[in-house]
Amino acid sequence: MNSKKRLITILVAAVGLLILPLILQPFGNAWVRIADMALLYVLLSLGLNIVVGYAGLLDLGYVAFFAIGAYMFGLLASPHLTETFPLFAAMFPNGIHTPLWIVIPAAAGIAGLFGVLLGAPTLRLRGDYLAIVTLGFGEIIRVFLNNLDHPVNITNGPKGINQIDSIKFFGFDLGKTHNFLGFDVKSVSMYYYLFLTLVVVSVVICHRLEVSRVGRAWMAIREDEIAAKAMGINTRNLKLLAFGMGATFGGVSGAMFAAFQGFISPESFSLMESVMIVAMVVLGGIGHLPGVILGAVLLSALPEVLRYVAGPLQAMTGGRLDASILRQLLIALAMISVMLLRPRGLWPSPDHGKSLQPAAK
Amino acid sequence: MDTFIQQVINGLVLGSMYALVALGYTMVYGIINLINFAHGDVLMVGALTSWSIIGLMKESMPGTPGWLILLIALLIACVVAAALNFVIEKVAYRPLRNSPKLAPLITAIGMSILLQTLAMIIWKPNFKPYPNLLPSAPFNIGGAVITTTQILILGMTAVSLAVLMWVVNATKLGRAMRATAENPRVASLMGVKPDVVISATFLIGAVLAAIAGVMWAANYGTVNHTMGFLPGLKAFTAAVFGGIGNLAGAVVGGILLGLIESIGAGYIGTLTGGVLGSHYSDIFAFIVLIIVLTLRPSGLLGERVADRA
Repeated sequence: MNSKKRLITILVAAVGLLILPLILQPFGNAWVRIADMALLYVLLSLGLNIVVGYAGLLDLGYVAFFAIGAYMFGLLASPHLTETFPLFAAMFPNGIHTPLWIVIPAAAGIAGLFGVLLGAPTLRLRGDYLAIVTLGFGEIIRVFLNNLDHPVNITNGPKGINQIDSIKFFGFDLGKTHNFLGFDVKSVSMYYYLFLTLVVVSVVICHRLEVSRVGRAWMAIREDEIAAKAMGINTRNLKLLAFGMGATFGGVSGAMFAAFQGFISPESFSLMESVMIVAMVVLGGIGHLPGVILGAVLLSALPEVLRYVAGPLQAMTGGRLDASILRQLLIALAMISVMLLRPRGLWPSPDHGKSLQPAAK
Repeated sequence: MDTFIQQVINGLVLGSMYALVALGYTMVYGIINLINFAHGDVLMVGALTSWSIIGLMKESMPGTPGWLILLIALLIACVVAAALNFVIEKVAYRPLRNSPKLAPLITAIGMSILLQTLAMIIWKPNFKPYPNLLPSAPFNIGGAVITTTQILILGMTAVSLAVLMWVVNATKLGRAMRATAENPRVASLMGVKPDVVISATFLIGAVLAAIAGVMWAANYGTVNHTMGFLPGLKAFTAAVFGGIGNLAGAVVGGILLGLIESIGAGYIGTLTGGVLGSHYSDIFAFIVLIIVLTLRPSGLLGERVADRA
């Protein structure tokens, strides 16, 4: 009975998610874009959840990996490099349009590598020391992106990189409108399905990780590192693995983001962004997949929706409260009140609740 | 050589402001193990309050000497910031004292965004010029210059530190604070009221932040609702750098960080032949921090060995 119910729930959710863009489309592309961005944030939160939720390593610079993935894709699939360097222009007379099948693994690989690079010197650090070092790493990456336009123009500085290719599968361009059975499916909806697929794949990966040997080892490290070590867990390798895995998710999301937006600049990768992703994970229910997804959707989509419905309120307050201010205000209030009412998150994991309580001091 | 002296002076001034803010972070961390993300925004509220007071006083009482206006504005800013921090702790942190460790961190981040938004609504988002109330003629020291404001910053920091050290080391409250930091449970068995001590810590931290905020505004000459972010971030870095939870560490960390940044920014251009400019000054702090923490995982003066995860 129970498994039957479960199956029905999953089926309803699946159908709902599949037809969502078709429902949103008539209201305008902006609404589908909101759904797309929400899915991207779900992807990022799932990645961060591996680091913070499973392994218990507080990472406040997660957006750096997102940036690395995005710039990787941006550089390998836009006219920027050929326009700046005659050498590249000579090598690629038709411009650089690296195929997806190379760029995505490359973005994942490079981000993962950076994850391990960041993890290696910080292995001995605990808790808040780790938080500040990762935060510093995020800022270092951002400052470099902002300033590497001279003496050699690699990242085009604050102006960012534009005209980034859209995603193509075997000549099927997601950047264009396609016609299926008489229905016009716009580019934003195509991306929705791509991101949805990625999210589903990631959820499966995360779930399998969670119940695997590796996942249990991560949670053991999270609860008590010394005890975990005593049980024969190789804490060094596993922490590096957590960093690397988390970063890989960030890198892939970054590449997706670059292709989806067609434009990237260092502004999208500020510290606030990292902080928001941490907030999504914690607000939803740290270490618990449905909670993390809920947190990501709530914090990314709701404020955007508010932006569209805040018009009347703006008129009421004589323009002093505009939509973006209101949005910020509501995010802040939501973060505070949700945490006060449900300190373990909106949808916390049922199993590990007891051990997350702090030990008596 | 005068460039060097100049950069040392600038670094000391910057570093002493970092130190004031870092003390607030480190005291709160030492007692309740919380990174108070909203601390930089308390600084911002202090600075903006003083800006409003100065504007009001200049209008209603023309002819009042500049230093008196600044002093009154500073006092009011301290009171407002202290009241604000008291309320923040009561509302956002106290109910979560026995919750999972990340919960108060999120409310702190929420508070930070909330304060910035409210400040934006109250004071409007534009950058506002901060009037110069002290004589602006600089003094000459061996080829380098120092302004009255900068001298005042150094003096204020020294006085604040002396008062703080006296409070922490020689008063009953200070003893209670140290006891609570050591072990809140045993401290309360010995008759210390942890709630009172924690509130007092937040009040003291806010006063230091407000002083730093007013000084920051007077030194750089502009205020706006985002001004708390950078000093907050750097001061937090300084606190960790020196060993978080350690008062002397916060001061040492702050001043060292200021010196590193300012000397680094002054010389990186010449050292790299103009390849890297002073825009990179913000990352020196972090690079040095990463190196220091890799070698000494609990900061320069930190000695915490046992984990209270």
